[in-house]
Amino acid sequence: MELTGAEIIMECLLREGVEVMFGYPGGAILPTYDAMTRYPQIHHVLVRHEQGASHMADGYARATGRVGVAIATSGPGATNLVTGLATAMMDSSPIVAITGQVARGAIGSDAFQETDVTGVTLPVTKHNYLVSDVEELAYVIQEAFYIARTGRPGPVLVDVPKDVQNEKIEFVYPENGIRLPGYRPAEQAAEDQVAAAIEMIKHAQRPIILAGHGIMMGRATNELRELSEKAGIPVALTLLGKGAMPENHPMVLGMMGMHGAAACNYAIQESDLLIALGMRFDDRVTGNLKTYAPGAHKIHIDIDPSEINKNVKVDLGISGDVRTVLAQLLPRVEVQQHPDWIARIRDWQEDADERDILHHNTGEHLLGAQVINDLWRFTNGEAITVTDVGQHQMLEAQYYPHQRPATMITSGGLGTMGFGLPAAIGAKFGRPNEEVWAIVGDGGFQMTMAEMATAAQENVDVNIAILNNGFLGMVRQWQEFFYEERYHATPMFNPDFCKLSEAFGIPAMRVTHRNQIEESVAFARSVKGPALVEYAIEKEDIVYPMVPAGADLHNMIRRPKPGEVIQK
Amino acid sequence: MTDQVLTPVQTEEHQKHTLVALVENKPGVLNRIASLFRRRNFNIDSLTVGRTHRPHVSRMTIVVDSTQANPNLIAANLLKLVNVIEVRVISTQPHVSRDLALIKVRTDSPESRNHVTELCDRYPARIVDIGPEVAIVEIASQEDIVENLIEELRPIGIVEMVRTGVVAMGRGIRIQDSEYEPPTKAKPTTNGYQRFSV
Ligand SMILES: Cc1ncc(C[n+]2csc(CCOP(=O)(O)OP(=O)(O)O)c2C)c(N)n1
Repeated sequence: MELTGAEIIMECLLREGVEVMFGYPGGAILPTYDAMTRYPQIHHVLVRHEQGASHMADGYARATGRVGVAIATSGPGATNLVTGLATAMMDSSPIVAITGQVARGAIGSDAFQETDVTGVTLPVTKHNYLVSDVEELAYVIQEAFYIARTGRPGPVLVDVPKDVQNEKIEFVYPENGIRLPGYRPAEQAAEDQVAAAIEMIKHAQRPIILAGHGIMMGRATNELRELSEKAGIPVALTLLGKGAMPENHPMVLGMMGMHGAAACNYAIQESDLLIALGMRFDDRVTGNLKTYAPGAHKIHIDIDPSEINKNVKVDLGISGDVRTVLAQLLPRVEVQQHPDWIARIRDWQEDADERDILHHNTGEHLLGAQVINDLWRFTNGEAITVTDVGQHQMLEAQYYPHQRPATMITSGGLGTMGFGLPAAIGAKFGRPNEEVWAIVGDGGFQMTMAEMATAAQENVDVNIAILNNGFLGMVRQWQEFFYEERYHATPMFNPDFCKLSEAFGIPAMRVTHRNQIEESVAFARSVKGPALVEYAIEKEDIVYPMVPAGADLHNMIRRPKPGEVIQK
Repeated sequence: MTDQVLTPVQTEEHQKHTLVALVENKPGVLNRIASLFRRRNFNIDSLTVGRTHRPHVSRMTIVVDSTQANPNLIAANLLKLVNVIEVRVISTQPHVSRDLALIKVRTDSPESRNHVTELCDRYPARIVDIGPEVAIVEIASQEDIVENLIEELRPIGIVEMVRTGVVAMGRGIRIQDSEYEPPTKAKPTTNGYQRFSV
């Protein structure tokens, strides 16, 4: 069959099972856009900014575990993807980005809309390709999908010159087109490693499991739960690990780290064995490395060998697929319980409960924590929530417990404001039967709010909750704590979000009192298509607890108990 | 003396490690490696690339200052690159390493000429070009021996110098090689483009 390069791209996407792609056309990618008309099976979503396309592909990937696809033109189209690629890279999200490039003969001549895209994206992709021969195209696309989804997943970019898209060749789909001599996706644990791990677990008195994103990417949720239950080990979750184990399980302590549950952080610091599974000891999780879990032996199991001993020196590092390694360990783990250790943790939890804002009288004020907790209540804790970055993100991590994997989607590693709305749209495309809420701050929302038009055009049934505090809240919190309340460049003039929403044809509602939250959820659910709710929350609220950047993990700024004075 | 294997001298504050990497012979691979070292803040002491007996595989010798980073961590990072086929830290095993230098020195007096000749006798070095003004000394040896010669030549007057950087190979049967055969489909294209310019 004679096909053009553009048709080969579409043919390969079809073979990879792609059903939707997010993109924006332009000169250098037009041949592929034209070929799309001959492949109606693949739905193209027209975004309003290419950053939106990369976040949508990312949200789709995180919600489904499949590869998300973004497509853009050369030059500015491709550079607009960069933030989304970096976000996906940091959080190991599998996406394939296809970009048009100027014709081969023009490369290097500073042609119109020419950018060295493989150069620009080199550090923010797992791998990238510039295809300079149409014969290579099908192989490259197959490899791109394979690299994106296997091993430690990540974004892969394929840059295709316009004349390669136009060139016609006799095409036969290469059934096994992957030629990657140096690519080893995952390993197993060696026997001595398994034996050492079993021994360490057996002798631990105060063990704790640190569960990360890898548990879900590696589909090891059952194995994690079995390990925790069998060996009586409590589980602390990373931000991206939320959903790795049901949060109503008594062994789950909640999120660790900078805004983590105090009980989690104390438990880590006092433990005698850390079992880190599919996580990478980010500085937001460890605080000061010099004082991190000083009395603990450390086992680190991760698919990426370069993560082992990178930040935290461990006693036993096993690089391998977390599910395979846990399956090797489980039959040999002894049944254990650590009642004293669990009792100690329960004390910390009770203390935290007393400090919890939900148990305080807050009068007329509407607080972010209340909004999130009520959203949890009225969505039965079953929604897929996609957050932006800031205070509302940490509040969602604290006050919206998740029971199922891949139901909390957030930009953790890069902390990309503007991620929430487009990623939620992508997630909804991936899981159309689930209720999807974008939970965003007034700041981050305005970074990518143009995607409201995409949501309206596609009539995507996402519910958008804006927690409007009139500030870049998280930055304001730092200014309050560390810069003597000099609120410079954090107060925001905001548009009327409800009117704005209606201008896009998206029904909207404003909530100012806690007793309206239930109604707002019912309202959003009743709208078939996108809906927006603005929650006018307390302006100068603080997310507790907080480990100041670089401080010891146990030195948290805690919310005072009722009657106590604020410690800053 | 040239074939003798000496253990390089290592001081506490300046620990060097040598890594050998087999990589796919494709455009842009060197850039990926350089980018990795820059991004991870690993310091390269020297880096050499050359072809091997298999045309599709290139071999790199990378010398790093390991006071900053653990060589095994550097190896793990290199292996993550899709185009890197194999990596070994060979400085922890018996190995042979060579650095080649061409050093142009002043030979405009009988004393300097004698001095250079005498040094070339003591070192595994030779004069490869000589005139009334300058001579070119060639040495291919272990890095520290090359450095010693340079220090001894310095007072005579070095005019110009070039070094290749270290190449290294493990001794004995610890052969580092790639089983990888080139993809059969790869064929040179009419317009002269590489298979893919990665
Ligand atoms: C693209 C980007 N720019 C800047 C920041 C730094 N930053 C982190 S949180 C934050 C404030 C977020 O404010 P808002 O979106 O209103 O959410 P809130 O914290 O009030 O919930 C800023 C500016 C970032 N994370 N991302």
